[in-house]
Amino acid sequence: MRFLLCLIAVLGLTFPTSAKQVETISIAFVSQKVERPPVLSNLIEPPDDLGVQGALLALQDNNTTGRFLKQKFTLETITLAEDANLQQAIDGLIAKGHNLFVLDLPSVSLQSVLKQTEHQDLLFFNSRAPDNALRQQACDIRLLHTIPSRAMLTDALAQYLVKKRWKDWFLIQGPHDDDQKFATSLKASARKYGAKIVTEKIWNGGRDAYRSAQAEIPLLTQGKDYDILMVADELGDFGEYMIYRTFDPRPVAGTQGLFPTAWYWTQEQWGALQLQNRFKKQAKRPMTARDYAAWAAVRTIGEAATRTNSKDFATLNHFMRSQQFELAGFKGRKLSYRPWNGQLRQPIALTAAHSLVTQAPIEGFLHRYSELDTLGFDQPESKCKEFIQ
Amino acid sequence: MKRLILATLLGSTIIASDLWASTAFISNEKDNTVSVLDLGQMKVTRTFKVGKRPRGIILSKDNKRLYICTSNDDTVEIYDSVNETKIGELPSGADPEQFALHPDDRKLYIANEDDALTTVVDVKTSQVLAQIDVGVEPEGMAVSHNGKIAITTSETTNMVHWIDTQSHELFDNTLVDQRPRYAVFEQDDSLLWVSSEIGGTVSVIDVKDRQIIKKINFAIKGIHKDRVQPVGMRLSHDGKYAYIALGPANHVAVVNRKTYEVEKYILVGRRVWHLEFSPDEKLLLTTNGVSSDVTLIDTQNLKAVKSIKVGRYPWGIAVKP
Repeated sequence: MRFLLCLIAVLGLTFPTSAKQVETISIAFVSQKVERPPVLSNLIEPPDDLGVQGALLALQDNNTTGRFLKQKFTLETITLAEDANLQQAIDGLIAKGHNLFVLDLPSVSLQSVLKQTEHQDLLFFNSRAPDNALRQQACDIRLLHTIPSRAMLTDALAQYLVKKRWKDWFLIQGPHDDDQKFATSLKASARKYGAKIVTEKIWNGGRDAYRSAQAEIPLLTQGKDYDILMVADELGDFGEYMIYRTFDPRPVAGTQGLFPTAWYWTQEQWGALQLQNRFKKQAKRPMTARDYAAWAAVRTIGEAATRTNSKDFATLNHFMRSQQFELAGFKGRKLSYRPWNGQLRQPIALTAAHSLVTQAPIEGFLHRYSELDTLGFDQPESKCKEFIQ
Repeated sequence: MKRLILATLLGSTIIASDLWASTAFISNEKDNTVSVLDLGQMKVTRTFKVGKRPRGIILSKDNKRLYICTSNDDTVEIYDSVNETKIGELPSGADPEQFALHPDDRKLYIANEDDALTTVVDVKTSQVLAQIDVGVEPEGMAVSHNGKIAITTSETTNMVHWIDTQSHELFDNTLVDQRPRYAVFEQDDSLLWVSSEIGGTVSVIDVKDRQIIKKINFAIKGIHKDRVQPVGMRLSHDGKYAYIALGPANHVAVVNRKTYEVEKYILVGRRVWHLEFSPDEKLLLTTNGVSSDVTLIDTQNLKAVKSIKVGRYPWGIAVKP
């Protein structure tokens, strides 16, 4: 910063539309920590403030805008341990009058909250759970999703690989439930876009990639010819070890190698650099997809409050879901919610560890309404019954 | 290429004598350089090094000094526009992107994108005169021709902030569509044009009551509406047209200022950012970020006549007569 600036007093603001009282819009942010199972590579520890930092940044954005409209936003954050009583915490927040929630919860906890919370005049933002089921059979009218579904992620990847004509996939999936869900989603995307899984194997947790990757992986990846090795390893257990160790010289994609994500530090176009910088200044680390999803949720509330000039729950809830709603999310497209399942439509980044490869939807995959709806569950295939179509 | 033919055509018809002497300076965001484009020869004659991430670029009213926002150096650099040597720096606040010079040739209004501030600097004394709180990610800057009003648009707050240049206080805010990027006053200061990049619209605002009187939409055959992202604008002095750069739609829209109808879309390079006229307004120059070139548009025939390679990610243009 320039030294001169600190000498200057910041001037006050005038509000020409005055008479109005300051309105307060309160948001509850609930996060839950989950014990990470042991993984083979212990080099990278995930930060312990994922999600909440995104919400805090958006709160600041909302309040900067709110000053001009006499709106004040507050965020009550609760972080729970894995074995804490989540429902009690949620009920407590409802009793305090909260009706806008950002839930940074793993899928199981989120589903349990939806089941156990009877109150209907609530809005939950799912900023963490990518489960396809939550957008389909297990959808809930009170729930909007700012984190992309796995289907959106795997569709994004499939579009790019099909465009590259890398259509024959060798799939290796890990032993965990989430790995299986990712693999299932990959297979659905392969069907949707005309790729083929030529070989499918399970990474059995017994192998120690750290010690024997050099010997194990060539053996595991030997066989029928393929274009690209797809890994389904959401925990980051073995996927990284596949790179450069396959029997044939083949690239790696999926959860590692070239991976799809809602947000990663390699995104800098479309003003993303500004968001990355503001986030880094605040959190002292790069912004992740979970942070971005929490940011988008709190910004959605802010944007609805700005445009409607209201704090009324029904007004905000209605506006966010309407066709008038649009959110500038630093991805080069305006973002909005799908009326058939509450999913935030958004471009997906396809990135390698240190460089952005491309952003989906990939040019050429057309849609009658919005190309963004080529990613994930489109209206005709929606199994979500709760939403009025 | 078609371009070649057009260039020959141009050579014989529209080059006015003053083009021979005029020079365009183009800031190259990813090269940390400025390309010097001789409009008479229609080629880049020199390139000189500047600070990090140069974006906003303007000339002093007497055309002797060139001001450049070097965003990643948190400063505004000043160059002698004749010999292209650096003659000074101004305190700009953090991450300056766009700026506008007051008609007094002294007060420079700078948007500090990372800090939600507009900084006002006296270019003669290098003193910061004021810092004004505005919305999140201030970007577009403009000063009215009569010098009374300064404008900041904030990209994430989505507002046009109206600043009284006497008191340096905000006196109004106008909500516009998503990501307002650029603002420009009509010659008589009656209207303000504001482009919204993600909203895909241009709002024409009455300066008297700060109300939007017209919202302009764009539709280009074969290009999805989400890719139509208006950014830079220029209004011709004859009052006829507004030229609007449409970003990744790779076109410049020509809008009739009486009817607000789009009369034409002119294909230029990829991701067109900002625009500037030649001194006689017979040419309009566009910076094309992704294709790293500048397109010259013949404003009499409303046709692109030539594209000229410059540095990586050309951002802004200033033209010296």
